[in-house]
Amino acid sequence: MNALGFPILSLITFLPLAGVVFIATLRGDEAAVARNARFAALWTSLIVLALGLYLWSAFDPSQAGFQFVETDTWFTGVNVQYRMGVDGISVFLIILTVFITPIAIISSWSITKRVREFMIAFLLLEMMTVGMFAALDFVVFYIFFEAVLIPMYLIIGVWGGERRIFAAVKFFLFTLAGSMLMLVAMVWMWSHAGTTDIQVLLRTPIPPQAQMWLFIAFLASFGVKAAVWPLHTWLPDAYGEAPLPGTIMLAAVLSKMGAYGFLRFAVPMLPNASAAAEPLMFALGVVAVIYVSLVALAQTDMKRMIAYSSVAHMGVIIIGIFTFTVEGIEGALFQMLSHGIVIAGLFICAGVLISRDETLVLARLGGLAARMPAFAALLMLFSLANMGMPGTSGFVGEILVIVGAMKVNFWVSLLGAAGMVLGAAYMLVLLRAVLFDRTTRPDLNGLADLRRGEYAMLVPLAVMVMWLGVYPASFTHIFDAPVAALVQAHVAALDHPVALAMVAK
Amino acid sequence: MNVILQTLLPELLLALGGMVLLIYGVLAKRDQSVVCTWAAILAFILAAALCIVAPNGIIFGGLFKTSDFSRYADALVLLGASAALILSLDYNAREGIARFEFPILVMFAVLGMLVMVSAADMMTLYLGFELQSLAMYICAALARDSLRSTEAGLKYFVLGALASGLLIYGISLVYGFAGTTNFASLATILTGPQGAGYGTVIGVVFVLVGLAFKISAAPFHMWTPDVYEGAPTPVTSLFGTAPKVAAMALLLSVMLGPFGHLLSQWQLLIEILSVVSMLLGALAAIGQTSIKRLMAYSSIGHMGYALIGLAAGTQAGVQATLIYLAIYLVMSFGTFACIIAMRRRGQAVETIADLAGLSGRDGGFALALAILMFSMAGIPPLSGFFGKLYVFAAAIQAGLVPLAVIGVLTSVIGAFYYLRVIKVMYFDAGDPEFDKTATGVRFVMAVGALASGLFVFLPGPLLAAASQAARALMG
Repeated sequence: MNALGFPILSLITFLPLAGVVFIATLRGDEAAVARNARFAALWTSLIVLALGLYLWSAFDPSQAGFQFVETDTWFTGVNVQYRMGVDGISVFLIILTVFITPIAIISSWSITKRVREFMIAFLLLEMMTVGMFAALDFVVFYIFFEAVLIPMYLIIGVWGGERRIFAAVKFFLFTLAGSMLMLVAMVWMWSHAGTTDIQVLLRTPIPPQAQMWLFIAFLASFGVKAAVWPLHTWLPDAYGEAPLPGTIMLAAVLSKMGAYGFLRFAVPMLPNASAAAEPLMFALGVVAVIYVSLVALAQTDMKRMIAYSSVAHMGVIIIGIFTFTVEGIEGALFQMLSHGIVIAGLFICAGVLISRDETLVLARLGGLAARMPAFAALLMLFSLANMGMPGTSGFVGEILVIVGAMKVNFWVSLLGAAGMVLGAAYMLVLLRAVLFDRTTRPDLNGLADLRRGEYAMLVPLAVMVMWLGVYPASFTHIFDAPVAALVQAHVAALDHPVALAMVAK
Repeated sequence: MNVILQTLLPELLLALGGMVLLIYGVLAKRDQSVVCTWAAILAFILAAALCIVAPNGIIFGGLFKTSDFSRYADALVLLGASAALILSLDYNAREGIARFEFPILVMFAVLGMLVMVSAADMMTLYLGFELQSLAMYICAALARDSLRSTEAGLKYFVLGALASGLLIYGISLVYGFAGTTNFASLATILTGPQGAGYGTVIGVVFVLVGLAFKISAAPFHMWTPDVYEGAPTPVTSLFGTAPKVAAMALLLSVMLGPFGHLLSQWQLLIEILSVVSMLLGALAAIGQTSIKRLMAYSSIGHMGYALIGLAAGTQAGVQATLIYLAIYLVMSFGTFACIIAMRRRGQAVETIADLAGLSGRDGGFALALAILMFSMAGIPPLSGFFGKLYVFAAAIQAGLVPLAVIGVLTSVIGAFYYLRVIKVMYFDAGDPEFDKTATGVRFVMAVGALASGLFVFLPGPLLAAASQAARALMG
């Protein structure tokens, strides 16, 4: 089985299902069911978190390959097996997922409509997401990747804001269109390699001609998920309309699925096409950073401004991945973690205001720093981290990406860095509007500062932001080995005679 | 003799059972529809068991052939027909159209389908086809006092007769040019030195059109929406399941059996049928407000996907189509059970808007229909996804990448209208106070939803059966 003697990855993945079954069988009056469903979901996610931490401690960071591999027969005759396994990159994203989920569940205390169904959908979402990061077979990956749509569609559509239906349908169809193209690519690779085992696919050379088509399919799928400009248009709607816990999961975890897809599939399996697409991806990344930052600057609503800032940061991640340098990719990964935590913190801050029946329209807010000091301090911390202030998590990732980009292309690095300046601009606008501007509304003075539940969500995130910023090595060492192997394999693949022949042609 | 009897037992059972029930129904004092229905269901179960144990072989001098392939298709047909009968019990009683003739007609229709599936000669094929069609024409007009139902029956009859005419004309052309109607002999002649003349190829096209009509592949789909909408819902659920499987199985065995060597001649035709069906199924369904019409277009689209496997023309393709049919059948009867459960104050309602707010009122019902809709849209981990996965895989292995890409794009468009049903149930406000649903309908609904939802955990048996069936057909 694996080093631990029990299938830990399957356990982490499918444990939420036990919670789902438990919640589905709850009986009693509505209030009791709601309360029990909340606690059941929270406890399930905390147990999953504990298992995740155990996985982290048992993980051997010195190995570049996959660990805790599980294999089981599934589809006989077509060589599709149930395979799970993690390397440094995926273990790290699993930790992010299981860390964010309990926080998101706490934030869903504010949901009062059909709590039982919400918690079921939410635990299913956790299951799909973890399963996707842990999958070691392309078909298994694809199933989890796309199945995420079902709970997310319902979460946005049932519990979302005013334009929830539009946002839910747009989200669903955009992502579905992308991932269906990946389905074709997947089936092609399946018939090419005769298996869907990711470990084998990583070693199977693919003719450069075909790589281009496959890359386009992957770009359509992962690009939509990662909200790469110009495939991001579903994102502000979905983020804006989803209920707070849904937004947190979307921004913190689901957007990483696309970046993870690039790192797991597009870059290592299609080295020639990835190299050829590098300028395109740089261009898209730079546009995302600069143009979307400007768009963010023009927003009048706090949630939408944070949503656009998220797209801008995804641009940084894309630039980092496509530098094909150790610094760039490590920076991208670090940025994925940091962005996940920071953006969750920012959205929760927005949620704090919503839960006090307050507007998110920037022009109508102001002066909250005096009335809500703890809130102001934490919002300030997350905002600083979001603009990449040294000492916070945001800085490490961005500086690594910029260093990586510098090695490849000066202009990309310069323009990417310009994004940081713009990031500072819009975050400061937000801070001023919410915390410091003089306000004409006396009723704002009545707002209460953070409550216990809100501390429970924001403090762990704040601690993580500082930890990541001050001592990043405790996280980077997990993925040092696989990233080095990835870069090495990429360079080796490009040196391959096939690649030379293509260049010569 | 013994072998012939054993091979033919399921068909004999249905034929004799049908006649006995007919006599019983006529002689009985009161209406015996419930008894007849249960007797028919029992006969189907027995027939399925007999099918499974029937020996492989060709009997009657090459007219009739049983193999793993026919066994697989027979089992699906019987399953679909049983589900339709269970659904009819409650519906027909409430609508006042409970007549003992209905289960008997369904038995004869199923008999025709079993004969179609096992046909090894053009004549057997046509006999089965006609028996099936004639019984189905009457079923469509079952609610004879309803204008819509009689209209549906008449439309189906006129267009169906045209299709039968085309089919028999095609058969006569093939016979005229090739000199035989036997599948095995045809295969030998067509691979022989003189090969296939133009006349034969034209004949093949006519045969293809006749069968395409039955599976409602576009552009021969015109009857489908009206008949689906007009016929009583249990009859629609029968239309949507068993005959589709039988006709598709027949199409597979005819095109890949005697005409298998003409693959290059007819492959493009199947591809066109497939693409047009997928496109029409996806686009025309968007504007529908009646859920029965929606299902009609959806079935057209699904047949397009199933045809992809045939277009591939390989063993993997046949397997994919067979898997797709099984999955489609289960989703389909599950969905029709949901449609039958839509009754308000004694009236059947059938617009999508009637489902508004269902999730708050009856969570189990809404969940079942949501699972079925997601599955129809092909979202993993539900069964519909695996059906699509297999047909796309077969297409790509056979080098038909564009076909797979079109399939993928239409399934995204198709997802839109399936999602709309879920949207109406879960997101829209409303208070659909449906009447209490009968246990049988609930049962079929649950079976459909559970099978679609849990297929991912136990795909082995179906895949193995389909693979065996495909091997039996392609040898």
